[in-house]
Amino acid sequence: MSDALVSPAVGGMFWITTSAILWYCSRKLREFIGSVRVPLMGVLGAFIFAAQMINFSIPGTGSSGHLGGGLLLAIILGPQAAFIVISSVLVVQALFFADGGILALGCNIFNMGFFPAFIAYPLIFRKMINKRPGKPMIVAASVTASVVSLQLGAFSVVIETLLSGISSLPLSTFVLLMQPIHLAIGIVEGVVTAAVVIFVWNSRPEILGGLKPAGSASISMKNLIAVFVVAAVVVGGAVSWFASSNPDGLEWAIFRTSGSELEAPEKSLYSHLAFFQDKTSIMPDYSISGGGSSEEPAWPDINSETTIAGIAGGLLTLIVTFLISLTMRRKIRPSR
Amino acid sequence: MKIGSARDDALYMEELSQKDTPVHRIDPRAKIIVNIFFIFTVLSFNRYEISALVTFFTFPLFLMVSGDLPAGYLTKKLLLISPIVVLIAVFNPVFDRETAFILAGAEISAGWVSFFSILIRFFLTAGSILILIASTGFYKVCMALERIGVPSLFVMQLLFLYRYIFVLLDEGARMVRAHALRSFSDRGIKIKTFGSLLGNLLLRTVDRADRIHSAMLARGFDGSVTLNRRIKFRTSDAFFVVFWPVLFILMRRYNFSELIGSFFLRIF
Repeated sequence: MSDALVSPAVGGMFWITTSAILWYCSRKLREFIGSVRVPLMGVLGAFIFAAQMINFSIPGTGSSGHLGGGLLLAIILGPQAAFIVISSVLVVQALFFADGGILALGCNIFNMGFFPAFIAYPLIFRKMINKRPGKPMIVAASVTASVVSLQLGAFSVVIETLLSGISSLPLSTFVLLMQPIHLAIGIVEGVVTAAVVIFVWNSRPEILGGLKPAGSASISMKNLIAVFVVAAVVVGGAVSWFASSNPDGLEWAIFRTSGSELEAPEKSLYSHLAFFQDKTSIMPDYSISGGGSSEEPAWPDINSETTIAGIAGGLLTLIVTFLISLTMRRKIRPSR
Repeated sequence: MKIGSARDDALYMEELSQKDTPVHRIDPRAKIIVNIFFIFTVLSFNRYEISALVTFFTFPLFLMVSGDLPAGYLTKKLLLISPIVVLIAVFNPVFDRETAFILAGAEISAGWVSFFSILIRFFLTAGSILILIASTGFYKVCMALERIGVPSLFVMQLLFLYRYIFVLLDEGARMVRAHALRSFSDRGIKIKTFGSLLGNLLLRTVDRADRIHSAMLARGFDGSVTLNRRIKFRTSDAFFVVFWPVLFILMRRYNFSELIGSFFLRIF
């Protein structure tokens, strides 16, 4: 997910959801603070970062892939610690490489952290391994768990994009675009995860303590349900808020402070487009066409003057800012 | 991205954050709060907005110029990550074909309007984040996050991760180079080799964590990482926190591009 494709309502709702899960994980891990787990989690995060940049060739296709690492982290660290590590990797990627973005961070952590750590690992990987521990099962469980978590993650991206209403992609097209690609990625991810896990299993099995039957890293059903309930309440609450006739948070705030809804200048490109949004939007009331404006402009009411005015005004603002900023440069001291 | 270039990239960002300009001197908490406000405001516009969004470039532009940050480098970085957004946005002109307006005789469809709106959103939000990091540095951001109330376990995780990214990127790059020197064609790494290569890196990582932990205990680690750098909230920071959000609200309410543009068109 990228900031540019997400709306504040959807982004905010996933921010709340992932913050709640992060808070739960941090509480769960408090007893380990001061133990070797703290540096281990940190360094493993850096490991995933490095691993994502080492490519391998995919046989028969001429293309290459890399490890995602969510499932691998869950296998080594258990769900809660893995979720924290995945989140931290995504935070650094969002900040340093502007990969994804700040508002979409909640969505991204949920898509790439929640599904491998809290669904694929405890409900699929561990269940399969517990039945018959061994190398063939590691491969089968890794591939199944990776495919499921990537399918869920990809579908989650589709839902978030559609709820945001910035992209015009219809549901069916987007699903057909995302799911098959992520099926392939999931299989590759599973094979590579299995390859790494088997290597460690052969040389240093004690690192994979969690792979022993009834290992300590298992997650209780009660806690899992609790996480789901929290997520469901937050998502449900936010969706109903989203679907109601109230505008988004910022507009709502402005509405509250100024006592009026935002009104677009009449006869602007904005109001033409607001008409459109009424027709196309899944939430017609979301538009800010100035509810009470009497005359609905004829469609299409072409007024290139306002368009040109918009372009000219925008450029002018930027030039002025640039000049003001330049004067600030005098205050720059030489680098330390 | 090549593993070596990722390391150089992060190092360069760190280097930029060491400058001493008015922007670098702003309290990191103030910068984070204003940035979040900025992103929310930009993304709250409807999907066909363009001209009002353009005025929002004032914020990143101001920070970039007065923070003495290299425009070319930041733009290149943004362009490198833009294909994913473009890939999704390009479907808007395909599915949304109604005419939005006519400019210079050419019909512009609503899909193209929203396409450019998405691109502008991308450059605004991603650009402002890059500028935040380039003018603040990761340690100060972490420090601010802890003060704002992010759980300290998570802040510690971020600090550890960031400290060891450079070490592990180096180690990974050496392993890839060693593999390349021992294989005769550039066919890439086979999955079987990849498993043991990455597995080895993983084992070294786990051992490293053990050594780090011993070293930390030897230095009196008690479960909390103390950040021994003070940040002070000054009057200019308060001005920064008030001025920009107020401006964002005004720019959200009134389309300054059109207002200023039509004012000038009337004069001439």
